[in-house]
Amino acid sequence: MDWSPVWISLKTASAAIVITFLLGLLAAWLVVRMKSSRFRMIWDGILTLPMVLPPTVAGFFLLYLLGVKRPIGQFFIDYFGVKIAFSWGATVIAATVISFPLMYRSARGALEQVDSNLIHAARTLGMGEGQIFFRVLLPNAVPGIVSGGVLAFARGLGEFGATAMIAGNIAGKTRTLPLAVYSEVAAGHMEEAWDYVLVIAVIAFLAVLLMNMAGNWKNRRR
Amino acid sequence: MAGLQANIRKQLREFSLDISLNISMDVSGKRRSSMELANSMEKTLPMGDSRGRDGGVQPGCVGILGASGCGKSMMLKSIAGIVTPEEGRICLNGRVLYDSEAGTNLSARKRRVGYLFQDYALFPNMTVEENIAIGLKTRIYRKRMHLSEKERMEKVQEMLRLFRLEGLEKQYPGRLSGGQKQRVALARILCYEPEMLMLDEPFSALDAHLRERLRLELMEVLGRYQGMALMVTHDRDEAYQICEYLLLMERGRIIGKGRTKELFQNPGTVKAAVLTGCKNISRIIPINEHRVKAVEWNQELEVGQRVDESVTHIGIRAHDMIPADGWKEGTDSRGNNMVRTGTARVSEMPFEWYVTLENGLWWKKGKQAGEYSHEFHLPEALYVPKEAILLLRDSNIPDDGGNAR
Repeated sequence: MDWSPVWISLKTASAAIVITFLLGLLAAWLVVRMKSSRFRMIWDGILTLPMVLPPTVAGFFLLYLLGVKRPIGQFFIDYFGVKIAFSWGATVIAATVISFPLMYRSARGALEQVDSNLIHAARTLGMGEGQIFFRVLLPNAVPGIVSGGVLAFARGLGEFGATAMIAGNIAGKTRTLPLAVYSEVAAGHMEEAWDYVLVIAVIAFLAVLLMNMAGNWKNRRR
Repeated sequence: MAGLQANIRKQLREFSLDISLNISMDVSGKRRSSMELANSMEKTLPMGDSRGRDGGVQPGCVGILGASGCGKSMMLKSIAGIVTPEEGRICLNGRVLYDSEAGTNLSARKRRVGYLFQDYALFPNMTVEENIAIGLKTRIYRKRMHLSEKERMEKVQEMLRLFRLEGLEKQYPGRLSGGQKQRVALARILCYEPEMLMLDEPFSALDAHLRERLRLELMEVLGRYQGMALMVTHDRDEAYQICEYLLLMERGRIIGKGRTKELFQNPGTVKAAVLTGCKNISRIIPINEHRVKAVEWNQELEVGQRVDESVTHIGIRAHDMIPADGWKEGTDSRGNNMVRTGTARVSEMPFEWYVTLENGLWWKKGKQAGEYSHEFHLPEALYVPKEAILLLRDSNIPDDGGNAR
């Protein structure tokens, strides 16, 4: 069995979750703080879009933006000498974009559920917005945020469609676990496919387990 | 003497709150109709001629008494900066917190207004100690006070001691009793040294037993507090017990104000009488300067004060009636009014009897110690002392803000 898809997948999902976690949390905070409900709705729609679009469509858009002959892709090649499309970085971008809405929505829900009186109380006690975020909002939203992170990680690990579009299926470089399963089945190697399927199943189950543990965590102090 | 007066004036002026608001809330995208909190409080809260009368200049607790949903909470929230009124002006001790015309809108964190939430809003992720200390760790407080880390620690310890929270420093709020939570919340606010303390229905979520104990505790705290406290409540017992001054509020408007005890003695208007718990109110036809006919009860009554043309109603508190020996038309030898009980409806409460007389008057009679036979002896008639009759103006006639007298 070729272990490279396992490492590529874990590396990709790990890199993607770091980006997704921070961006998703930031986006959730910004959207929750929006005053105008109309703006909030529009932004929420845009940020959720990658979740409802078919991953191949999301991948198509990414390819359209980051492809070698495309403005942004060209810019990266010209100024940084980096080719984004069909590189390992592209798998990270694909996983990030697709898993982002899961993180964003979970974090948003968790932040919104924090008792608004706590925030009001914090403000009347002179706390600044940043201090409120780190000392009040975040600690009281931890379970929801953690479970959002785990969900997003699992989704990033399983990303197939967008990855195939923008990163391709280059063995040892951009071939992640889901792509490996597909490739083995396409080539008629059912035995090898089984190995990869089992690895994915174990990781996914661990992720769900972790998420449920995070859900129970909030009961610790009450 | 003049020196004392001037001193009193000065101290009173130190606690001035000047509000005129027009609040319109944006609730889930839907515009709620605006409510008006016009010129609610005068520049100096302790109002009218009560100003010079007493020697003690404790501004004490000012209460806002009103039915649920009359805009009391909204007013507190506007003062604290939690909601933004559509227009108006809020001034605290000469500091402009909000002025729609000048475009001033100080953020909540800069207002230095303490707010005690109904559920106390303690941070569940912080220990008692951390909750109390959090106000001292803000940039805004550090700029103001320049305390060293050690001084801040001492201050928190002082608060813990003052509020009898020793031993609970490391507990999380979820483990505390209702009384302890209230003490932590108050300690947290007072540690931050706000210029004004606001209490939003502090007892309404508690059961009766705990409520009575916490009221006493709160009074003790307020006695020590140097600034002004403003409490919102719909419970007139609470208002009477805790607040020295009272504003009566209805639909966003102040309809009466004054010293609590005077206001209860002489509410002045029909609405104020209802809010202070007067059960019996009737329209009147004046007969002469000291005699009126109560239309609702079809009863002529002698009144203690002179009836002028502004008086449209009278009120009789349900406790202000005394059983008489026997029925006699008119008044007794001391000039007390006699009211015939007739066929009355009686219902029994744990410590009181509620009696509805035939003419519609409510009478509440407290049970005496040992009088628990559950049998009620209805007297033939009741005395209504003429001093007990409140002369009221109909508050539907517009008046500017509605003075109590």
